[in-house]
Amino acid sequence: MKGFALGQYYPADSVMHRLDPRMKVIMAVAYIVASFLCKNFYTFVLLLLSAVFLVLASRIPLKIVFRSIRALIFIMAFTAVLNIFWFVEKDAEPLLQWRFITIYTGGLYNALFILIRIVAMVIGTSIFLTYTTSPIALTDAIERLLHPLAKIKVPVHEFAMMMTIALRFIPTIVEETDKIMSAQKARGADFTTGSLMKRAKALIPVIIPLFASAFRRAGELATAMECRCYHGGEGKTKLRILKYHVRDFLALFCILLFIAGIVVINILGAKFGWLYTM
Amino acid sequence: MPLIDIKHLSYAYREENGEPVPVLKDISLSIEKGEYVVILGHNGSGKSTLAKLLNMVVDDYEFAEGEINVEGINVLSEDITEEDVLNLRKTVGMVFQNPDNQLVATIVEEDVAFGPENLGIPNPELRERVDNALATVGMTEYAHHEPHRLSGGQKQRVAIAGIIAMMPRVMIFDESTAMLDPIGRREVIDTLEMLNREKGITVLSITHYMDEAARADRVIVLDDGKVLLDGTPAEVFSHGDMLRAAGLELPQCTALCYELMAAGLELKGPFNTPEQCAKALAKAWREKEGC
Repeated sequence: MKGFALGQYYPADSVMHRLDPRMKVIMAVAYIVASFLCKNFYTFVLLLLSAVFLVLASRIPLKIVFRSIRALIFIMAFTAVLNIFWFVEKDAEPLLQWRFITIYTGGLYNALFILIRIVAMVIGTSIFLTYTTSPIALTDAIERLLHPLAKIKVPVHEFAMMMTIALRFIPTIVEETDKIMSAQKARGADFTTGSLMKRAKALIPVIIPLFASAFRRAGELATAMECRCYHGGEGKTKLRILKYHVRDFLALFCILLFIAGIVVINILGAKFGWLYTM
Repeated sequence: MPLIDIKHLSYAYREENGEPVPVLKDISLSIEKGEYVVILGHNGSGKSTLAKLLNMVVDDYEFAEGEINVEGINVLSEDITEEDVLNLRKTVGMVFQNPDNQLVATIVEEDVAFGPENLGIPNPELRERVDNALATVGMTEYAHHEPHRLSGGQKQRVAIAGIIAMMPRVMIFDESTAMLDPIGRREVIDTLEMLNREKGITVLSITHYMDEAARADRVIVLDDGKVLLDGTPAEVFSHGDMLRAAGLELPQCTALCYELMAAGLELKGPFNTPEQCAKALAKAWREKEGC
């Protein structure tokens, strides 16, 4: 458990890793917006290419990227199938008609578009956020980006503090779970055989001491934080200084250009009646 | 004027059935600037409660009586302001028992920065304080590590650095070595003594290890909420019977010397540490041999 790594952060040296975390959050949001702006065949081709570009630019091995796509394979298949069968194209010959099943060419394209959109969104958010940004940098970025909301009493600092503490304690608690499970195994507990119900019940003697200790930890931590003059986010300074570099603005420019490109292709598509506009 | 002045302090906490349980009974003591004081006592002697009162982190003050003065801040006064509390905690830094439960951040240097960040110290002074604190405890090379990958002693040193970065006048160690292995204990004790000798920080160490007490300037023994003994380690260790009655054991070397003296050997102290004990024995041996 010592090698326990949190989240999916993949340390590497790439342009993506070096971008300012705040800019990456903004870009991730912009990228999702862009994927929803796509309306015709050419925009989806552009979207797919951009996703490939993101993977290459981040230097994350393909194997790892596929892992996060695989997790969504069921949802993707489900939406694709729904789109194929439920799509009704007016004034068009069905591609295939068998009993109550009618499939139109438009339905096939629609399913393909949705697949591309989901893949692009997964790749976009995971490349910008989870793979190339450490959880702590991400928390920091979100706190700073949402800072203006603190003026209207949104507990931004408290939320970020909770995230930080959770990140800090997850490895500790995982380690403790390991210890408790070993202790229970030494006394003959069996976590691996029997029905699901039986295995779930076997976990109760692990969960109870774990909770008890987590509450004790929370109490002690609160005292220690008070002793270190913690009194909320007011007047708190920061050790880590985030600074935008030229590359951050270049990246922002690229994504704006990308969105502009999609919009232009959409307009052209509507004008010339390009195929399969959604 | 002493740095910490405690007069007739009594404290009790409320049991679940509403009955007050006395923990501290009429304690008076004062601690001077630059002292290295060890507070000894077995479980339930009230030593941790005393430390917590000095930093105002006990749950309620209903049964707190008497006076605690820390650098002019009257801790138990009715009209203590939030600013006073912050000042008190800035003056008196506290290191706890479990290193895991006092580290807040996921990166060592950010944890060290937590205290001064709360005090509103701006960069670049903040950065300077963090770097100095880490250098003081010898953890500079671990500045970018995750705390959960460090050993117990290292974690405790990071916790100490986190307090040093707040630049307190007094540091209280509340059984900070109790959960560590011998190597970790050594690391923490060395750090604590260095802070006292080289940085002039007043150290108040709460422990039940007698060998730690042997190295202090002054030892205060608490028993059942009262001050039982107060003096230099040699003075305190000469009351072996009283210590035993309070549930404490003399360090083995000291006990040995007293046994030998009882058996008729002439020894001259101090013999608080194994080194001193060996010296005293060697001296006695040479005198006996007549050379």
